[in-house]
This record gives sequence, structure tokens and C-alpha cells, in this order.
Amino acid sequence: MAGVIEQIRNVCALGALQSVAAIERAIPIIHAGPGCGQKLWSALANGNGFQGAGYSGGHSVPCTNSTEQEIVFGGEEKLRETIANTLKVMDGDLFVVLTGCTSDIVGDDVGEVVRGFKNKGAPIVYVETGGFKGDNYFGHELLWGAIIDQFLEAADAVQPGLVNLWSVIPYQDPYWTGTLHAVADLLRSIGLTPNIIYGPGEGVASVRKIPSAQFNLLLSPWNGLKTVGRLEEKFATPYLHYPALPIGATETSAFLRAVGTFAGVPAGKVEETIRREEARYYYYVERSADLLFETRFLPGHFVTVADSFYALGLTRFLINDLGLIPEVQFITEVVPEEYRPLIDAEFAKFDEGLVSPVHYGADGATVRDELAKRTFRERPLILGSSWDRDISRQLKGYQLSVSMPVSDRLILSRTYAGYDGALRLTEDIYSVILGSFQ
Amino acid sequence: MTINLKSSEAPIREQRLGAITGYSGTLKDLVGRTGCGGTVKNCDRTFSQSSSCSSGCAQTLLAGIVDAAIVNHAPIGCAGDTIYHNIANQYGRFYREWGNRNIQLVNTNIEEPDTVFGGADKLREGIREAWRRFTPKAIFITTSCASGIIGDDIRGVISELADEIPVPVIQVSCEGFRSKVWASGFDAAFHAVLTGIVKPPREKQPSLVNMVNFRGSARAYITRLFDRIGLVPSFIIPFSTVAELERISEAAVTATVCTTLGSYIGTALEEQYGVPYVKTIPPHGFAGIEAWLRGIGAVVGKQAEVEELIAEERAATEGDLAELRRRFKGKRAVIGMGPSYSQSYLGVLDELGIEVLHAASWHYDQRYDYGEQPPAILRAAERDKDVTFSVADQQLFEITNTLSRLKPDLYFSRHPGSSVWAAKLGITAIPVIDEYSAFGHRGLVNFGWRIADALTNRNFVNKLAERVKLPYTEWWYQQDPYTFLEKEAV
Repeated sequence: MAGVIEQIRNVCALGALQSVAAIERAIPIIHAGPGCGQKLWSALANGNGFQGAGYSGGHSVPCTNSTEQEIVFGGEEKLRETIANTLKVMDGDLFVVLTGCTSDIVGDDVGEVVRGFKNKGAPIVYVETGGFKGDNYFGHELLWGAIIDQFLEAADAVQPGLVNLWSVIPYQDPYWTGTLHAVADLLRSIGLTPNIIYGPGEGVASVRKIPSAQFNLLLSPWNGLKTVGRLEEKFATPYLHYPALPIGATETSAFLRAVGTFAGVPAGKVEETIRREEARYYYYVERSADLLFETRFLPGHFVTVADSFYALGLTRFLINDLGLIPEVQFITEVVPEEYRPLIDAEFAKFDEGLVSPVHYGADGATVRDELAKRTFRERPLILGSSWDRDISRQLKGYQLSVSMPVSDRLILSRTYAGYDGALRLTEDIYSVILGSFQ
Repeated sequence: MTINLKSSEAPIREQRLGAITGYSGTLKDLVGRTGCGGTVKNCDRTFSQSSSCSSGCAQTLLAGIVDAAIVNHAPIGCAGDTIYHNIANQYGRFYREWGNRNIQLVNTNIEEPDTVFGGADKLREGIREAWRRFTPKAIFITTSCASGIIGDDIRGVISELADEIPVPVIQVSCEGFRSKVWASGFDAAFHAVLTGIVKPPREKQPSLVNMVNFRGSARAYITRLFDRIGLVPSFIIPFSTVAELERISEAAVTATVCTTLGSYIGTALEEQYGVPYVKTIPPHGFAGIEAWLRGIGAVVGKQAEVEELIAEERAATEGDLAELRRRFKGKRAVIGMGPSYSQSYLGVLDELGIEVLHAASWHYDQRYDYGEQPPAILRAAERDKDVTFSVADQQLFEITNTLSRLKPDLYFSRHPGSSVWAAKLGITAIPVIDEYSAFGHRGLVNFGWRIADALTNRNFVNKLAERVKLPYTEWWYQQDPYTFLEKEAV
């Protein structure tokens, strides 16, 4: 049983509604109380990089706004009516019914209601995401389980080179759009065809295309394993699991080699891409070396407070490329016990034999208490959320908001992934340092 | 006594105030039918979009009390709005030069087993942790749909911990499913403050004004105005302390910038402690501020000083107002705001010479706790011309349909997530985020100049609208905006 949580860094399972909103022309339909949509959107989109409502998010999301009536007498009729009229009013290509606590506790038969519309040809699925069931990382996997089982159909043929990209969770990661596009560009650079699914692109057509991919690429420490496993089971699509979000030359080149080998891309093509990209990358890194070595503006040990995607990706970059020393890393999403050994192992094998302690849990007090216990001889670098600006000030740290909630930055297409992303991150870190006294 | 402070919770607005979230008609019709004890029946919708709930409104007020803490007894998603509450908190602290600090709130993280075995253990842990972490002067427990349905005995847990936690621990009943009127959450918060914090007066403070507001941006302006009539404002309840709230029973008068917000606490303080509540229209625009100051002046016997002040403020701003009216000639607008602002801004836009084509109100209180209809709608109904009026818990599909039909020059809205949709339609949208927009004479002209600026450069909205599609079918734009509003059974 998890304890109380101060300073939320993710939301409940119903937060998966934002993963639906991230697919162009997909429309979430919430069967829940009146405040759920507003609260979740406010947390994941509004107060987190100011990502906006997009096409069908925010207060545009159809919702039953359930009240006592639906709790006492059941909400199935209200849901049926709401879906029927959503199909008339809202212009979408895929409709996803997501339930909240009220429906899941009273036990509405949502499947029965939704099947009625599906049988009449509506592109609609449902997923029971009552907030008490888990966090939105859990909800995100439930959502994909539902789409795979209720919506996807086997492809006539496999399209060689087509890769479904599964990685960071839209909106939860305020940098998701730029990150998915950066990874897609990396895949293109070695001749593959990425299927990005979320953000500007093909919308629901990219969802329908999922079964025709040559393989699924999961770029994540653990989240998404169920999804790619289910796709393998149902459509026999193999998957490559690459645990770390690639940031910087070391990791991005390793990533390209791993993907190239798995996809059967000729090694020469991959190496040519890596050579070209690393040369360009190190042109800029060389320019930064003067600042890093000729001035005294070096941060002390670093701390990350982020989900496992970013805690691992950032730590690898900061250790393996930037040459910094890890102090402690906090992983904020609920990582199921079965996956913890995978993650622990990743944090025990950095270059130069470095390891980093890891703490699991979303409670802000853990971060505060753990950091207060430590002695920092230099001003630490703290890559966390906007909540962590307070403790950073107390520790006289250099703080950059990289994880939810990022309420002190507007984020549009920015990303820290890949070669260019690492340059952005280096710029951002040193801009914080240089701006801290001028 | 209309407000029962012996009860453990405030009844929701639907029960207390005849509040509705579904109506379509005209302003005069609504006012006429809800006068003299008459009521209109709420109309449900057969299609609706995501609204908001009481818990957000309760928490936004309570999280602002600087030395209190909140235990949000709920699954983690219910704390989703605390990120924005913290932005508001940091912003307010910054402008008060208080230094940064996060809000003090823990969520009890209700999970599946708790829905079976109950969440009392987690609540107990939440209260203990809130005390250990923040040593607050009071702890508020905000409830949720989940805690309400599983039926946790919150009062029982509170009394169990009475010896252990040496500060007031107060239940705030704000389960989202209980009310469609999110403003019921304001009342839940005020009820908790009134029953758990406020103490009987030791002695009256004849110059103290309880100024009920949200973020208090106009503190300097109000302090200056009040100083002229010998009064000192205390801005409640965000950014106040528990000690300040304990003493609001000693004030000379309670005033508010928003009657939707202030009527519960204002009425309760008047009934319970004899602190007069100013029941005028809200202080927006010339007419608003003048009626409001006169209301305050009458209570404290400073009528002459008030008249002198009004004359000065008028003289300082009349020139600007004339220029603004000239500029706005022929401009047409739609309003979509909470009831107090929707009603009050009908007057504000009249003063600026902007014609209102339609007003939407996010809910409608048929009468306030003191038994009368909202003053601003009565005033608006005195105008010769009637105006179409709708009540909806921010149903954007109705608003979008209405805007695309009426094609106004301006859309005035209040509530996050509302104005942007008008901008996407190419309509100049003026979000009234700050409750003190158009406050007083000077606020009105400042607001006017802000509108003038927005109309001067429309590049952003024009170019946005050319490229963006809204999520509605062509079919919907052909329908009456109130197609899904059930007809009122007469």
C-alpha cells in the first residue's frame, strides 16, 4: 500500500484520456464525475508546459458529468445517451470511453453500452480507468490494451521498414511531441519508416497501421512492455525493447546500432549516419568545452526527480557524456515490483563503473527529506519538476524543470532526445547556471 | 437564520439557492420567473462536455490559507488541480514579496483495496503526515467521489485524533458528484472556515472590512480607497492566515468582488455575528463601484466621504471612458462567465458602449442565502432591451455554436479553458482571469484600454482561425445551440 502523496508528479488512471487526446481526431468520452476531466487536463496539459487543450481536449471532452442520480440508479443510460449524441456532435475518427471512480465503484456495465454502438459500426472502444486503480502510467497501458483488443485488425501484409514507436507518455511528458519526432527522425536517418501515432501526423490512420509494422520499438524502461507483448501475441509483431531514452552521442549512437541490428539495416548505413551525426554534434560540444573547462561554472553532483524514462535517460547522458557525478535519482511513477530489478540494474552500470542510488515513489517529502540529509560541496544540479524549485533554492542548487509538473516553462516542440536534444539540454542547463547570478 | 452553522456541511446550491445549470431563454424571462418566490426548473442535457466540480473550488480557496494544510482524501487524480493552485500561490506570494513556497497539501492516494476495506487508515496517515510535515494552524480534509461512495467515516477519524493533533481538523464536504454547481465548493470551504476556524468576536473592530476575493491583485487600489473612508481591508481567504480568519467575526462589514463567491460567508457572518454584508451589485465599472462604495459607506456611516471619493474617481476617469466609448461604437460581444460576473459585465459592457448579443452564465442562483435575487441580474433586467441568456456548466459546444451564429467582435469569458475556443474561431477573446478586471472607475478604463489593444492587432486570432478546425461536425453547426437541452416541463 503506497503512502500519502505531497506534490503530485502524475495523476490517476483516467489521465489516459490525454493519451487519447494526443492522437489526432481521436475523441475521449469520459464517464465520470464533473470535475475529473478538468482536474486531469489542468495537471497534465495546462500546468505542465502549458500544452493546451488541442483539438478535442480540455472542456471540449464529452463527459457524463455524473451526479448522485447516476451513482444511485446506475449511469448506463446517461452514458448511452452521451455516446449517441457525441457521435452526432463531435467530429472524430476514433472514440474512446474512459470511466472514472464513480462508474467503476458502482459497477456500470460500460462494455455492454459501448458494444451496442460498436455493433452498429461506430469506431469506439472503452477502458475502465477508475482513478483508484492506479496511476496514469497504468492507465496508459490499460488504454492500449483496449485499443488493441477492441479496435485493431490484422493487416493483410507486413510493411517492411515500418516501425511503431512506443515511448514517453503524451502530456505526462511535456516534451513528448518533440521527443517522438526526434526519435522518428533518428529512425528515418537509418532508412526506417516510423509510425509515430501521437501528435501532428496521420491521426487515427496511424493507429490502424499498427498491425502492419515490421516491428514495435519500445523506448522505455518498463512502461509499454504489456502493450508490445500484446501486439506480439495478437499480430505476431516482434518488438525491440530499448530501456533508455537516448540523450547525447553515446546513447543515441548505441540506440541506432541496436535498432539497425534488430531491423536488419546494413551496418555500413548505420555507421555512416552515426559518423555524420557525431561529427556535427561534437562540433558544438567542442564549442561548449571552453565554458565547461575555462570557467568555474560547473555544477556539483546531479539529482534527477522524474519518471523512469527521464531519470534513466538523463542520468546516462549526464554521466556518460557530460562527465558529471550522480548523487541520487528519484523515480516518480509507480513501477510495478516485477520491473524494479530491471531498473535497478540500469542504474548500476554507467561508464567508468559509476552507479547511482535510486528512490522510488511520488511523494515530494521523500525528495525533500533525502536531499536535506545530504552534504553538497558544490551547488547541485537538480533536474526535476517545478515543485522542486523550492528545495533547490534552499540547497542553492541549479534547477531545470524537466518533469511533470513543468509550470515554469512553455514547451512547444522542445526535446532533449537524440543528438540535437542533448545540445538543447546542455544549453538549458548552462543557461540556468549562467543566468543564476547575472 | 437561513444558514445553519450547526450542520456538518453546507447543503449544495441546487438545494439552498435553487441553482440551475440548464436554461435557455432571455434575461428578462429568467428574472421575471424567478422573482416573488417563483422558480424555474433546471433542464438537463442529453449531451454534455467535461465541467468542473466542487472540490476544485474548495481547494483553490483553502490551499491559499498560508498556515493551514489540506488533506485531500482521494485518489491521486483529484489533486490534479493543485498544480494550478500552486501556480496561483507562487504568483500571489511573488507579488506580495513573500518569497516562494509550495502549497501545503497531501493526497491520501485512495487505491483499489481502500474502496473495499475503507480508506480510514489512509486518512489517519494523511492527517498525521500533514501535521508532521507542515505543523499547520489548521487542517482541512477535502472529500472526493471515491471517499463519499465508499462511505469513509471522516468525522470518526477526526475525533479519534483529537488528542493527538492540537489544531482544528475540519471536514470539507466537496464530493464532485454531489453538485453540478462547482461554486458549491466555495460554500463547502467557507462552511469549514466558519464552523472550524472563526471565533466569536472578542471586541468589534470598527474599521475592519472582510474583503472576500480570490487572489487580491487590487490590494493597493482598494487599500487606498478604503483609507479615504477610514476603513482597512482584510483580503480573505487566500493569502490570509488562520489567526486572521479567526477574527473575521469582529469586522465592521463584509464586502465581496464576486457575489457568487461571497454570499455564503457574507450572509453567515451577518446572521451569526451581526457583521453587515454589502448586498449591492459587484464593484465592476462606474455603477458597480459606486453602488458598492455607497453600500459600504451606509453601513459605517461615511456617506459624505464616499460621495466625495466617487466624484474624484469619476473626474479622474471620465475623459478616458468617453474616448473608449467612441472607439467601441458598433462593437458587439458575447459573454460567458460565472453568474456574478456574467451579470455584472452586462453593466460593464454597457458603460463601455459595447453591445451584448448574448450572455451565458456557468450556473444561475435563483436567490442568494439572504433570500433575494442576485442584484446584478435585477439591474441588468431593468435595461430596456432584453438579451438572450443561457445557463450551462461551461458547455463549449453550445457556446461555439452560438458564437459561430452571432459572429461577435468580442467574447468575454471567465474560467480557464474557455476563451481559447473563441480565439480559434477568429473572435477577439478577452479572458477575465483577474477578479479585479474592470474593478472601480480606474479598473474599468484600464480594462477598456486592454480591449482596445486586443482589437487593434488581431493578427494572432485571425491567422490561428484560418488554420485550426474545431472538433464539431458540420451537422452540429446547423442545429439550434440548445438541441440537447431538455425542454422545461411547464
